[in-house]
Amino acid sequence: MIWVDAVLQGVLVGGLYALFACGLSLMFGVMRIVNLAHGDFAVLAAFLAYSLISASGVNLLYAALLTVPVFAGFGYLVQRGLLNRAISSGPLPPLLATFGLSVVIQNSLLQGYTADSRALDPGRIGTASLRLSGQISLSYLELLILGLAVLVLGGLELYLRRNRTGRMLRAAADDRDAASLVGGDPRHLYGVATAIAFGTLALAGLLFAARSSVAPSSGPSELLFGFEAVVIGGLGSLWGTLLGGIALGIAQNVAGQADPAYTLLAGHLLFLLVLILRPEGLLPRRSVTA
Amino acid sequence: MSALLEVRGLSVRRGQLLALRDLSLAVEAGRVVAVIGANGAGKSTLLEAVAGLLRPERGGVVLDGTEVTALPAHRRLRLGIALVPEGRRLFPSLSVRENLLTGQYRRRPGPWDLPAVYALFPWMADRAAQRASALSGGEQQAVALGRALLANPRVLLLDELSLGLAPAVVATVYRTLPQVVAQGTGVLLVEQDVSLALRRADEVHCLLEGRVELSGSPADLSARQIETAYFGIRRESA
Ligand SMILES: Nc1ncnc2c1ncn2[C@@H]1O[C@H](COP(=O)(O)OP(=O)(O)OP(=O)(O)O)[C@@H](O)[C@H]1O
Ligand SMILES: [Mg+2]
Repeated sequence: MIWVDAVLQGVLVGGLYALFACGLSLMFGVMRIVNLAHGDFAVLAAFLAYSLISASGVNLLYAALLTVPVFAGFGYLVQRGLLNRAISSGPLPPLLATFGLSVVIQNSLLQGYTADSRALDPGRIGTASLRLSGQISLSYLELLILGLAVLVLGGLELYLRRNRTGRMLRAAADDRDAASLVGGDPRHLYGVATAIAFGTLALAGLLFAARSSVAPSSGPSELLFGFEAVVIGGLGSLWGTLLGGIALGIAQNVAGQADPAYTLLAGHLLFLLVLILRPEGLLPRRSVTA
Repeated sequence: MSALLEVRGLSVRRGQLLALRDLSLAVEAGRVVAVIGANGAGKSTLLEAVAGLLRPERGGVVLDGTEVTALPAHRRLRLGIALVPEGRRLFPSLSVRENLLTGQYRRRPGPWDLPAVYALFPWMADRAAQRASALSGGEQQAVALGRALLANPRVLLLDELSLGLAPAVVATVYRTLPQVVAQGTGVLLVEQDVSLALRRADEVHCLLEGRVELSGSPADLSARQIETAYFGIRRESA
């Protein structure tokens, strides 16, 4: 029974990995930008929400309702003000720019908040759980997080398929010049992609901090989980990313059940195994049937 | 009266090469103007500069009296300049219908909508859900044309519709031109296939190494004149 429990816990945390990773996948898919500061921005969102909550006393829900749209807007500005400029001079400048942002964010957080880790209080839901049997119980918070992840990924999938701007994001991913020939402003479309990425990473950052905790230095390891979820699932497919996140979560939790020292190692091994045996990922982008 | 589209003394550099030199031409509403020329003459360069993908070194592009030279491609589309690029450039991961819908993203008001395009190419409605990359070359060309028409352009730029297609397929695609022109759209098309261009156009410009060598209506130009301008024989013997 403890193994069943480990698998279920893996599924639950996997949804969060996928929610965190979808923006990474979107930015790479649309603009070929690897955002090395993706994890640090998520941590930054969690710390800003932490300050907001301590200063004003609002609960986590309201903090999220404020933080997520603010980060989406912030993402749009980062793309238009910084990254659009960087990509126009080749693939290396955006990599350096996001690496620089990563360092700046980590150091600023260290300055402002010390190296301690912080948690966000989810309220009563944080302690309640659904008891399935003697040994297996699922935390309502984690169920809620998985539900949110599926909802966000499904909504994003729908947006990219059915919305006219979403469709243009896919078009610009295929061929930037051809997209501009049908009236799409690539700089704006790229801004929209990054806005979505920042909105989702902010939500994921808050949820990371609500289910456990985050420290100023957590960003890079979160980034690694995100990469692994994307690659395991298969690039360019959102449901693949969800599957990848869940596979990663299960590998970590099952190995951790055997010996906690193996938790992270098992995730990395799964990642390497997929790279070797099935480099296109578990669920690569399928043909369209719109 | 000024023309719908005017290209004024356009010079465009591609790398070291001056691919277009001081080129001027005009397209009136409802007329078809063809530019012919050999490989590398600068035909695609001309259309890309008119569409806004390339910036000219000198000269300008004027649409219905409005200077558009400084505007990027997406702004020119909104004003009514649409390009069907060489090689079609469909979005390979989008379905046929989705490719067509991108043409409506910043459409101007006008007669072209999805049903109108499906009426022009009836097979398209049946294959709407297929991935664009699964179509044959001729079918892809038709989708690229449909995508451009859906923007309801005032000026339609066509870059070698015939490229890589069987003559019968080319004929079906070109047979749609009169319907386009009937709506008052001006067409500037580029072809390597000289006889095709002469049959379809009201006016022809022959391009040689980035310069207009010869211009006139197809009826007034002799085959000998065109051959000379196309291959630049006079120049070599001089
Ligand atoms: N991206 C580029 N960089 C540098 N030079 C280029 C580029 N594209 C084209 N050229 C050069 O510019 C000149 C004009 O090219 P262009 O594509 O306009 O010719 P074209 O008339 O369209 O030829 P084709 O019939 O083969 O399509 C050619 O000499 C070509 O080699
Ligand atoms: Mg060409």
